[in-house]
Amino acid sequence: MNEQAHAGTTRLYIWVWGWLLALTGVEVYLAYIHLAPVLMLTLLLGLSVIKAALIMAYFMHLRFERLSLFLTLVPVFVLCICLILIFFFPDSVRLQQIGIR
Amino acid sequence: MDAHTEMVLESRWAGGVRPYAMGSKKLGMWLFIISDALTFSAVIIAYSYLRVASPQWPTPFPFNPAIIFSTLMTFCLLSSSLTMVMAVSAAHRHQHRKTVFWLLMTMLFGTLFVGLHLTEWFHLIEEGLRTNRLPAEWVTVWPQAPQIFGSTFFGLTGLHMLHVSVGVIYLGTIALGFGLKKFESEDVEVSGLYWHFVDLVWMFIFPLVYLMSVRY
Repeated sequence: MNEQAHAGTTRLYIWVWGWLLALTGVEVYLAYIHLAPVLMLTLLLGLSVIKAALIMAYFMHLRFERLSLFLTLVPVFVLCICLILIFFFPDSVRLQQIGIR
Repeated sequence: MDAHTEMVLESRWAGGVRPYAMGSKKLGMWLFIISDALTFSAVIIAYSYLRVASPQWPTPFPFNPAIIFSTLMTFCLLSSSLTMVMAVSAAHRHQHRKTVFWLLMTMLFGTLFVGLHLTEWFHLIEEGLRTNRLPAEWVTVWPQAPQIFGSTFFGLTGLHMLHVSVGVIYLGTIALGFGLKKFESEDVEVSGLYWHFVDLVWMFIFPLVYLMSVRY
């Protein structure tokens, strides 16, 4: 690979890093403006999944690996995220009902 | 090499020598990441279950300073991921000194993260939070909150902090070995996978532990 191609990839990584910081900023802003818990949780998890996908695709090079690896790994992470959600949503619904202090 | 062996090696699994067209170290790390993702999921599920199973749950983190502080920690970890990809691409170009520099930068950000996190821990411990006890002030605000809050907080963030600390030592070993030209660029890349995964886990812990527990 020539030097220019490397410069391109460095730019890509900085771009991804910038996006990750921006999405984190949005998350913190959401916490600042105090939304209803269910909406808050939905938005936060949506943003977190996007961030996780960016990290895996670019930083962990998954985009540049074989499709077979992607198909092996991604179902596991989808499963993990689904497992995590089981109790968080009921909790946020309840928080909405009793109100948070 | 006869025609049959060649055909096997060119197949998708490359005769089991290079499945998924990657080295065994990298595949091993991906498999470790799968199991570690399940470990973290289990701890996060325990946390969320205790949240929903308790009559009340403390939301003790004021925006200023706790959330701003943990945002700074997130910044450290995200930046360490950027320096890590710099290290990996330098390693692939066989630039040993550059690789070691970026690895040291990654370790610096990782250490900074652990330092900030420990500062926060000590602050909470000073307030009176223990694994089995809430601070007296919290009990007056959330009288029905369970005493187990501290266990979930210290357990979940502690497991993550352990991963970051182990990662710093791991990267130190890799930096030393690669600097002395005893390790290959693949070793740097594999350590990078671990580091990014630890960063990725924080992308879930940060919103679920901190941002869902802001004190308004």
